[in-house]
Amino acid sequence: MTALTYEQAMEQFDPVFGIEVHVELNTATKMFCGCANEFGAEPNTQVCPVCLGLPGSMPVTNEKAVESAIRLGLSLGCQIRESSRFARKNYFYPDLAKDYQISQYDEPTCFEGSLDVVLDDGTVVTIGIERAHIEEDAGKNTHVGGTGGIQGASHSLVDYNRGGVPLVEIVTKPITGAGARTAEVARAYVATIRDIVKALGISDGRMEQGSVRADVNLSLRVKAGPGEDQNSVPFGKRSETKNVNSLRAIERSIHHEASRQAGLLLAGEPVVQETRHWHEDTGSTTPGRSKEEAEDYRYFPEPDLLPVEPSREWVEELRGTLPEHPAKMRARLKEDWGFSDLEMRDAVNADALDLIASTVAAGATPQAARKWWMGELARTANDRDVAMRDLPVTPEHVAELQGLVDEGRINDKLARQVLEGVLAGEGSPAEVVAARGLEVVSDDSALEKAVDEALAAQPDVLEKIQSGKVQAAGAIVGAVMKATRGQADAGRVREIILQRAGVEG
Amino acid sequence: MVRGFDACVATRLWGMSLERADVARLAALARIDMTDEDLDRLGGQLNAIVDSVAKVAEVAGEDVPATSHPIPMANVHRPDVVRPSLSQEAALSGAPEAEDGRFRVPQILGEEA
Repeated sequence: MTALTYEQAMEQFDPVFGIEVHVELNTATKMFCGCANEFGAEPNTQVCPVCLGLPGSMPVTNEKAVESAIRLGLSLGCQIRESSRFARKNYFYPDLAKDYQISQYDEPTCFEGSLDVVLDDGTVVTIGIERAHIEEDAGKNTHVGGTGGIQGASHSLVDYNRGGVPLVEIVTKPITGAGARTAEVARAYVATIRDIVKALGISDGRMEQGSVRADVNLSLRVKAGPGEDQNSVPFGKRSETKNVNSLRAIERSIHHEASRQAGLLLAGEPVVQETRHWHEDTGSTTPGRSKEEAEDYRYFPEPDLLPVEPSREWVEELRGTLPEHPAKMRARLKEDWGFSDLEMRDAVNADALDLIASTVAAGATPQAARKWWMGELARTANDRDVAMRDLPVTPEHVAELQGLVDEGRINDKLARQVLEGVLAGEGSPAEVVAARGLEVVSDDSALEKAVDEALAAQPDVLEKIQSGKVQAAGAIVGAVMKATRGQADAGRVREIILQRAGVEG
Repeated sequence: MVRGFDACVATRLWGMSLERADVARLAALARIDMTDEDLDRLGGQLNAIVDSVAKVAEVAGEDVPATSHPIPMANVHRPDVVRPSLSQEAALSGAPEAEDGRFRVPQILGEEA
């Protein structure tokens, strides 16, 4: 079997894909109990009889989570079911204490939607949404022994803090017609979902922390012959790649799966319908559950929970709270800010739009805000390996810093030193300027004194200037800048030198 | 559209009788070890249940909506307010084994959720 590139695979076959995105909601509490929904606590300290599945405990739905799910559904153009119910999805795995997950099956809260996704070149692709349902997250297993993976582990340890955290699972319809742009469309779709949940304020949208996770289904079918309708060609067997947790990994996993499946099909071998695991390090997938253990979750209605029946008034009230579609918002910001395509794309990719917007709101010009966030601060975040929003500098700091530059109190070089101070936790820009004494020296008497001292130290330079070699003044400017630790206004220093030498500048 | 739980065993098997292989599969899914005698005995009992459900299904026409709850109530929600959790010690107190603040469970072979 020869390995094919993604492009070769796309020349030979027509891809069909579908994506399931799990969004972890940022409610204060879990879906069915009052335990805190917070990342990073000591293991098993955010658990109670309900989320540990102890006998006799009863779940009660979190109203805020239902509200978040409805707002998300409305943002995806979904209809909101007048009566939806929960179901038990039965499977045995220790990340679920109850041996079933509470989910929704035949009556999801949100169904039948569609979402416009804008690609980098402006192409708009409409993605059909099958459903968005509410469910609970599972706990976290740590495999002990072996190589840390499930294979060869001697035993596993379970932390149920995440068990019961509210999730909304968004399922697309099969997406056809994307052809060679399949990987790009898939990436843009997940990026749009992430942007929407952040704009709604219902999730932090952090893929690296698992707040937004994707499973990618992909199949290939033969290309339609001349005069034949591609939609009349039956779908091929699909694989489902689980837990693809970055935008880049979405693209890479589709590249890999398309190449793998095309290789099998061209060699006359079948594609097995199965779940596969994504490996970030090798950029490849390996089979998960075997076919014999095909899913049989024996769903049945959850008897401990009552139906969710949102009133039409409530749904309409929530519709009124929806933010602008991220693509529309970007188009508006790009226009308002006067950014070029490239500047805008860089800012989007750096996840810096809201930082820039807040900096502009705090009084900086859009270009100044962009310069700081996409320059010095992006480099610092990269060096420290943290997200820009986690740097100890706020949009207000950046606006204040630029204000000091605009007022002429500091120059660009000093501004970078001030920023260093802010990043080191020394306070606001004005405080750092005061504490470090970084203000530009514009007091003439101080400058004149420094010039006189420099001239006295190098008497030959004064003669050169007086005999017409005005460029010799540079040596004195340098000496003064050194003496004032870069805080002098170089232009003013030069003027003073020429005055002292009695020549016109 | 109101649709039945088509993966629900009873629904899926309406109008059919359970074969021994079906019972064996259910037992395997539920991780219950069963002897051949168990399978025959439980197969008979399960068939009696399926038959009873089938009788109800005959009476319930297209115009009768499916119900999952006998009490006509809905929208019993809880405000999103944090309540005290158990301590780690209390949470682990009923566990057969614990390690490192976590529940210790046997090796998981060839199964991933």
